[in-house]
Amino acid sequence: MSGGSKGGYLATDIVIAEDEPSILESLEFILRRAGWSIHCVTDGDAALEAVRRLRPRILVLDVMLPRRSGFDVLKHIRADTDMRPTPVLILTAKGQQQDRRIAEELGADAFVTKPYANAEVVGAVRQLLGEGSGSA
Amino acid sequence: MLSADFVIATAVAYVGLLFVLAYFGDRRARSNQRSWLHSPWVYTLSISVYCTSWTFYGAVGNAARSGLEFLTIYLGPTLVFVGWWFLLRRLVRISHQQRITSLADLLSSRFGKSNRLAVLVTIIAVIGIAPYIALQLKAVTSSIQAVAGASEFGRGSLTGIDDVGLALGVAAAMALFTILFGTRHVDAKEQHHGVVAAIAFEAVVKLAALLAVGMFVVFIGGGFEQIFSDAAAAGVRVDAENTFDVRWLTTLTLSMAAIVCLPRQFQVTVVENSDENHLRTASWAFPAYMLLMSLFILPIAVFGLAKMPAGSNPDMFALTIPLAFGQETLALLAFIGGFSSATSMIILESIALSIMVSNHIIMPLILRFGSASRNGGGVTGLLLFARRLSIVLILSLGFFYFFFTRDSNALAPIGLISFNGIAQFFPAVIAALFWRDATRRAATAAIATGFVFWFWCSFLPSFASVSPQVVLLLEQGPWGIAWLRPEAMFGLEGLDPLAHAAFWSLSANVLTLVIGSLLTSQSALERLQASVFLDVFRTNQASGGNFVLGSATANDLFFVVERVLGDTRAAALFEAEARDAGVDPDLLEPSPEFIGRLERELAGSIGAASAHVMLSKVVSGSDVSLEEMMQMADETQQAIEYSQQLEKTSAELRSTAQKLEEANTQLRELDLQKDEFLSQVSHEVRTPMTSIRSFSEILLHADDIDQQQRRKFVSTIHQESLRLTKLLDEILDLSALERGERTWRNAPIDPERALDRALDVCEALLRQRNVSVEWGRRSGAALVEGDPDRLCQVFINLISNAVKYNDTANPVISVSTRLRAGHHLVDIADNGPGIATGERKLIFEKFSRGAQAAADQGGAGLGLAISRQIVKRMHGSLDLVQSPLPGACFRVRLPVLVV
Repeated sequence: MSGGSKGGYLATDIVIAEDEPSILESLEFILRRAGWSIHCVTDGDAALEAVRRLRPRILVLDVMLPRRSGFDVLKHIRADTDMRPTPVLILTAKGQQQDRRIAEELGADAFVTKPYANAEVVGAVRQLLGEGSGSA
Repeated sequence: MLSADFVIATAVAYVGLLFVLAYFGDRRARSNQRSWLHSPWVYTLSISVYCTSWTFYGAVGNAARSGLEFLTIYLGPTLVFVGWWFLLRRLVRISHQQRITSLADLLSSRFGKSNRLAVLVTIIAVIGIAPYIALQLKAVTSSIQAVAGASEFGRGSLTGIDDVGLALGVAAAMALFTILFGTRHVDAKEQHHGVVAAIAFEAVVKLAALLAVGMFVVFIGGGFEQIFSDAAAAGVRVDAENTFDVRWLTTLTLSMAAIVCLPRQFQVTVVENSDENHLRTASWAFPAYMLLMSLFILPIAVFGLAKMPAGSNPDMFALTIPLAFGQETLALLAFIGGFSSATSMIILESIALSIMVSNHIIMPLILRFGSASRNGGGVTGLLLFARRLSIVLILSLGFFYFFFTRDSNALAPIGLISFNGIAQFFPAVIAALFWRDATRRAATAAIATGFVFWFWCSFLPSFASVSPQVVLLLEQGPWGIAWLRPEAMFGLEGLDPLAHAAFWSLSANVLTLVIGSLLTSQSALERLQASVFLDVFRTNQASGGNFVLGSATANDLFFVVERVLGDTRAAALFEAEARDAGVDPDLLEPSPEFIGRLERELAGSIGAASAHVMLSKVVSGSDVSLEEMMQMADETQQAIEYSQQLEKTSAELRSTAQKLEEANTQLRELDLQKDEFLSQVSHEVRTPMTSIRSFSEILLHADDIDQQQRRKFVSTIHQESLRLTKLLDEILDLSALERGERTWRNAPIDPERALDRALDVCEALLRQRNVSVEWGRRSGAALVEGDPDRLCQVFINLISNAVKYNDTANPVISVSTRLRAGHHLVDIADNGPGIATGERKLIFEKFSRGAQAAADQGGAGLGLAISRQIVKRMHGSLDLVQSPLPGACFRVRLPVLVV
């Protein structure tokens, strides 16, 4: 199942990879409201494909994804010369110390634990994009 | 010519002299002026009571008959005194410490104060010594006859008296002497200073007499060489063929045992010993004495054989040679010498035996059955009476043995019978002194066994000369059993009878002792006494001998305390006390308070009674009463039992610890599983929570959301809340199922009806997802055991899974049922993506969903785990099977009830 895309002619700011439909819906809503263009995927393979094709400014990546886990996706991105610079924000529902460590080792740029405050996600994305606060 | 009356008068006068000696010796000893009595020389001379008329007369006879064999009788004791000096010292030290009064007392004390053992030893000693006493009676009788000579015999007081009458007279006189000598008063330590003085005097007399006769023989024979060459010329051969044969070894062994175990030797060497250091002198002086005694024996024997008329009794050569040469004074001196050796032996032997008999047999009997003992004043008189009765009994036994065996001539073989009997104590004595593990039962059995063999193989055959039955027994064995013949036991024939008897009796004795001790265990008191005996030197090293009466030095106390509490703690206690008293620890004077404190300290380790006994022994030097001893032993026993319990408990603890460790390992595994479970639950809970929180925040903060969107968000929050609730329900459900908590009632149900109900419930879902149901064949009504609602829940779960995970364009599920091999089977298949081979087992695990499953298919992955638990409760199974459709096929298999 795929989420809504803005279409090919516009540069995509953020790719969201998340398999829980309601979480995906809320993420898409708050990030789009913050002013970014969004592309949504619901599994690991689609996430990799979207990053390679769309070259987003940031990837918001859930860990527990069907077909290919979030960590695996991250590993591929970091191993690929073209995709390597893409900043990655990891989302996890386990939120344990171990997940955070693995994410850092694999080269994640930010780490947010579910359930999160919406401002937390928006803040983390904004920081990764190098945009100052205050922008609505 | 000497008249019989004169000879007898001389003997009586001599005994009178002895009596005077003994009387003054006692007076001196009592007034504590024991200057010459308290001399190692008197002690050494008294030990020479070993040399009886057997050695005085019998050795000459033995030398004449068997050559050098007589020497072994001297060699054995020499070996013990020179080589086993340590054994005698240990014996003396223990006996002084424990106030041992006899051999029976020694063995009884070592083996747990067993009176039974004491009685056994006493009886065997009395029986065993009887031949020896008889030997003395025979020697004295023969010597009187020899001196008085055929010419005078039949005149004077001896008219009409034969040798038996004479022997009876001698025995009666000896009994009288002994009673007069040895039982005038009772000494607590059983020491007889006067008697010892008399015995020492007799030792000088008999040595002087034998040396005089020897020198006379050498003088008239013209020197040693002349005597031997004359004898060789006269055709006398001192038999040397069997020198150093098995008989030598036997007599050597027996005489070694005898010097320790003979009651009179124990009496003079151990009981009468007043100073341990006297043993130093005795260890060389006594062998030297025996050397002097044996110096002229061979010349006398050889000279006698060569010059005396054929048929003369060689036992009497010491008397008959001087007589033959007209030397009546010398003959009289020789008679007095022989008489001395006989009287000293009889007096001491009967005193020693009477102590044993009265202390271990008569007194216990009187105390048990008599009433005289109730008042304490009569005990001494009673004891003296018991002694006198014992002496009469012992001499009577000696006389009877003499009477029954009077036809055998030689003296030495009779003595060896006694030696063999007494030697039965030897293994037990050695074990008592050196073997910690020797037990009372083993020692008793060993002595009894040795005694039985001795009685059968040695004592009984000595009656052969008077009893035809005994002769028959010797030839054919009892009831004709050849291997029980007394002188050829178990087919051991051709051995010298003495060696044969000694071999069997001592072998049986030692074997019984060793094996018995290994098989039986000691009582607490035995263990206690064993360590008293074995550690006798260790105990006294620090305290340096006996405790001073009425006082205790810090040194003595320290030694005792140190043994119990250990060096460090004891030293700390004493140093603290010295510091408080402000003196040097070496100069510490123990106060009563300090002793009291020490007692409490000791009581903590060894119990109150033992502590009290130990300290009071040191402090007052007083003896330990039997009662206290028993209390001490009881506590020791308790301590042993307690430690055995501890051992058992610690074994239990070890096994418990092992079980705990196993349980711990299991718990650790369960803990890991629990962590994993919690982590999964956490994940499953966090997911709906994320949506709920996120949408709530959106609704809270964003006012510009249109009504429709707002409603959609609220609806999502609601759905996620339901999902959360369902998740928690399922977790609780599964947990209850797994623990078997839920009351579960199986009843006969029709699974087909449960299946129909499940399909009805799922109808809405099926229609919503546009899934068509294909019916395969059906089994028709059947009966299984189960819960209808729960079974319906399983079918619903399987159908909804088949619907939810099916993303094909034309989703189809196929349902079929049948009966096979006593089971009712329900197959639910779909044409979805199927389950990858690697996941076939995994899908039944908690929180597991197939890789194909997308999030919107809902559920926490608990459905299959719960279904499987339910079916299991109905004694059935839930499995993945080969599917008729491209997708997966689940089969519920339940056992059919036999109607």
